[in-house]
Amino acid sequence: MINFRSIKAIYIFEMSRTFRTLIQSLISPILSTVLYFIVFGTAIGNNINFTNEIPYGAFIVPGLVILTISMQSVNNASFGIFFPKFLGTTYEILSAPISYVEIVIGYVGASATKSFCLGLLILITSTFFVDLNIKFPILMLCMLLLSCVSFSLLGFIIGIVSDNFEQINFVPMIIITPLVFLGGSFYTIDVLPDFWQTITLLNPIFYLVSGFRYSFFGTGEVNILISIFSISLFILLCIIIIWRIFKTGYKIKT
Amino acid sequence: MQTIIEIKNLRKIYKDNKVALDDVNLNIFKGEIIALLGPNGAGKTTLISNICGISSITSGDIKVKGFDVVENYREARKCIGIVPQELSFEPFEKVINTVNFSRQLFGKKPNEKYIENLLKKLSLWEKKDQIIRSLSGGMKRRVLIAKALSHEPDVLFLDEPTAGVDVELRKDMWNTIKNLQNSGVTIILTTHYIEEAELMANRIAVINNGKILLIDKKDNLIDRMSKKTLIIHTNSKINKIDKALGKFKLRISKDKKNLEYDYSPNKKKTGITTLLNEIKKTGIELIDVQTKQSNLEQIFVEILKND
Repeated sequence: MINFRSIKAIYIFEMSRTFRTLIQSLISPILSTVLYFIVFGTAIGNNINFTNEIPYGAFIVPGLVILTISMQSVNNASFGIFFPKFLGTTYEILSAPISYVEIVIGYVGASATKSFCLGLLILITSTFFVDLNIKFPILMLCMLLLSCVSFSLLGFIIGIVSDNFEQINFVPMIIITPLVFLGGSFYTIDVLPDFWQTITLLNPIFYLVSGFRYSFFGTGEVNILISIFSISLFILLCIIIIWRIFKTGYKIKT
Repeated sequence: MQTIIEIKNLRKIYKDNKVALDDVNLNIFKGEIIALLGPNGAGKTTLISNICGISSITSGDIKVKGFDVVENYREARKCIGIVPQELSFEPFEKVINTVNFSRQLFGKKPNEKYIENLLKKLSLWEKKDQIIRSLSGGMKRRVLIAKALSHEPDVLFLDEPTAGVDVELRKDMWNTIKNLQNSGVTIILTTHYIEEAELMANRIAVINNGKILLIDKKDNLIDRMSKKTLIIHTNSKINKIDKALGKFKLRISKDKKNLEYDYSPNKKKTGITTLLNEIKKTGIELIDVQTKQSNLEQIFVEILKND
């Protein structure tokens, strides 16, 4: 039987951290996104046109949302589990009558919720700068949720395997940010030389951005089903890694 | 007596092949305070970690209230509260919030009345809205106890509860532990302070190199293992022990005025009468006679020396 009360305890505890660090959790990412809109969407964007139908300001909205929520999901989840490790309070989680699945639901659920809300806030903010008509709103919400969950799972793994704060920051800064920027967040890949187009096809975030963009405009660079399949595969991979971590107690149990 | 924790053939081997626990067998009875006494690195914390699920078991069985800690971990862990050695907290959390969190983490419904009584019992009620970071070391230790008791466990593990705590706070902590026992909680205390074990525990288990060397009631242990020393004060300097007294294995004190004789008070014949008669024959004039009982510390040192 699922121990809902324990999951709720972890979830609420993690969510309450957001309100203690409101500037870092919400205001800072929203401000960054506003700056992107001003610089890329308005100042430079008026001179850029990748597609005839979609203004550049609107075109970059899905990419900007993915950029922010990917970073925030990874940060939220990794800090969520790394902090107890750092403070030495994991003893309480490990000695509680709670399964590994429930621990993951608590931490990843809270992280994904925070990112999901942030994604929605960014979308709302973007309407102040561009006209946004979302073609498939339900699909958009599902894609947003899947993205938040997948990056939160990745963040959870990073939080467990990291031994210090430098390692926690390494993956988001050195791996995720470049992948998001090079994954077609701000351009379509057909503007790239052939070689780089091929390289981009190896970037998992490209499929995510493409799928997310499809839910906005009804067009994407790859089929929506391929995007959904890619995200699902990524989530499955993260779940398998987490399962192995708990099974072996790697960096959690002695 | 009703067994609340049953440990059978427990072994814990770390990845570096270090044997932390070696075939440990131990029964803990309901309502008692048992002290796990041993030097640093003896395996005390590993034993607790194995029971509570913090570290994995290599082989053997542990049951808490009849529930296997691996197969029925949910039921087993509900019965256990643990106070770790380190003061580990979310520093910016309020006392009341962290205690409520612990209760719900263990699957218990919120119970304001119980938490209020618990915090009052631990003299924390006045501090309930303070962030943990602002509390003193002793208060922080009590918050850890409150967290461990928040889900109303039957068994409380206290891992070195008074390590690094000053004398006054230590006495305060001892009172708290005694009061907990009186309220029906079974307490497993790890310590390397002999005085603490001697004062608090009903039973003492001596652990070293991952093995339980000895387990007995505290009083039995002291009776069984204790030696007494008869100190014979004389009015003259003794440079050499008379040949006639050789069989008694006497020692001469540093100031050379006393003779010391070790004997076991539990034996029927202590040899004291014969010794005193023999001393009289040698012509040594006695001023005073006194006895000194060995304490748990000396017993502990003796056990470890023989290990």
